[in-house]
Amino acid sequence: MREFQGRVVTPGEVTAEAIVTTQGFNTLASLQMPLQFGDKEVKCSDQNNEELHGKPLIGKALCLPQTIGSTTGGLVLYCACALEKNPACMLFANHIDSLAAAGAVLADVWVEKVTMPVVDCLGDEFLQYVKDGMTITVKENGVVQVND
Amino acid sequence: MILTPEQQAIYDGSKGETMAKVMKTLVMYGDAFEAEKLVPITSKHNHLVTSFGLKVMAPVYDLMQQILDAGVASGQTFSVDPRPLDKNVPANFLQNLVFRKFMYTKQDFYEDQLNKLGLMDKDAFSCTCYMDEMGNKPQKGEVLSWAESSAVVYANSVLGARCNRNSGIIDIMGSIVGYVPYFGLLTDEGRKATWVVRVQTTKKPEAQLLGSAIGLKVMEDVPYVFGLDQWIGKELNDAACAYLKDFGAATASNGAVGLYHIDHLTPEAVEQGEALIAEGAREYIIDDAELARVQANYPVIWKNPDAKPKLCFVGCPHLSLEQLKDWTVKIEAELKKNGVSKVVIPTVLTAAPKVLEAFNKTEYAARLKAAGVITSYICPLMYMNNPLCKTMPVITSSNKLRTYTSARYYTDQEILCAITNGGK
Repeated sequence: MREFQGRVVTPGEVTAEAIVTTQGFNTLASLQMPLQFGDKEVKCSDQNNEELHGKPLIGKALCLPQTIGSTTGGLVLYCACALEKNPACMLFANHIDSLAAAGAVLADVWVEKVTMPVVDCLGDEFLQYVKDGMTITVKENGVVQVND
Repeated sequence: MILTPEQQAIYDGSKGETMAKVMKTLVMYGDAFEAEKLVPITSKHNHLVTSFGLKVMAPVYDLMQQILDAGVASGQTFSVDPRPLDKNVPANFLQNLVFRKFMYTKQDFYEDQLNKLGLMDKDAFSCTCYMDEMGNKPQKGEVLSWAESSAVVYANSVLGARCNRNSGIIDIMGSIVGYVPYFGLLTDEGRKATWVVRVQTTKKPEAQLLGSAIGLKVMEDVPYVFGLDQWIGKELNDAACAYLKDFGAATASNGAVGLYHIDHLTPEAVEQGEALIAEGAREYIIDDAELARVQANYPVIWKNPDAKPKLCFVGCPHLSLEQLKDWTVKIEAELKKNGVSKVVIPTVLTAAPKVLEAFNKTEYAARLKAAGVITSYICPLMYMNNPLCKTMPVITSSNKLRTYTSARYYTDQEILCAITNGGK
């Protein structure tokens, strides 16, 4: 088990299975299609992301460098949370980007029952270490435990 | 973040619970970037990214309704991204059924909300609101609360305005309180380039391919591009602006670029030159081989990669008036060369409603129609983003459309060849 200290963007505690992308996560390309067409597993629909394409995202600990793409990204993430189709948490190796931050904050302020902890600044080593299927525990203080 | 007494009072609820939540959202958003303050929005109009009444976006419309019910709508009028549907664009019975009875069932409801929230006018639907015809062109140095990645990168880079890559909903919330958090591309430091890009191609690079390569490489960083002025000149004329519009859209969709500087061309590069380059900036050299490598790596997800295209979209982001004229001339010339009178693949050129209105007053409109080409104000991305279109072989010269849908990317010349002789 290894621990990584990050910065809390939106707080919370959760334990979930890791799913990892080492390239930018395109929120619109990944989520809009499964949300729109009722995919219960919310399988990633971004054909440009070989690591995630076709894999379920709901309830997973999504480990990523940052999000990219359309500025609808934040509101798509907000909708995923409001519809309870969101990842269990989002763990950023880099500093969070403006779109992901918007989605996380909108969900935190405007969706009452959501709990999607978001932690950033976990470092490149975090993304090099974590692999799909590992168990991740996020603590309230931004500590991320990775159990292999 | 340090708030002024007026901002703090709003945060504490002096203007009601909904306004307090809007302010709290902006403060938390700014805190994520260590913003020390909120600064006033100085542009005349706002621009919103959410133009579509998708059923799945119900939480967005619920939130907008809370804002309307609380009577806290913005004092700023706004334009918004293109409408998702247009009966002029070819669609079969099943597609029409899915569009109108399943996907965009909230379109009328949402457009009614937009009108109440401050839509500029009934034709204010385009991703290129900054076109002269559309009337939402910010001035250099103005502070914006815009969303729409292609519009934000254009406003920052070509017009010299200051705007972060705001998400939908954040865009209107900034406008409602009249302030945005001061961080990133609003600051002088945040506008410095952390990448130096050297264009060393032997011919003018395709705007959408060059933008894609840079976006994929630099992600959300700011690139300073050398060597492009030799191909598009040192003057921000119609042709250069159209090139930069398409280039920027690709940097923003294939990556997350919100600002670029072009040596000797874009306003801040002209004023400050290499002083805009941050210490320790990384370097990326782009030659013919690099562009070929990038294009070869685009996935082809058509069920049959050799299928005959059934539709072609050009104009994501929307075309300018000069681009519409230019496409008309080029299509006519290629048709003549191939000995045919009309395009052989249904082809849709998209542009802003008021740009189309201006185009329709020119002689080119009838010529384009005679060539069998359709014009539309639609958002091709919203048209394509469903499983029915996923199985349909669509071609495009838009790298943004390629990124989000199953549409296959070709260069402008390849598109011309395909639509006039089937690509033979």
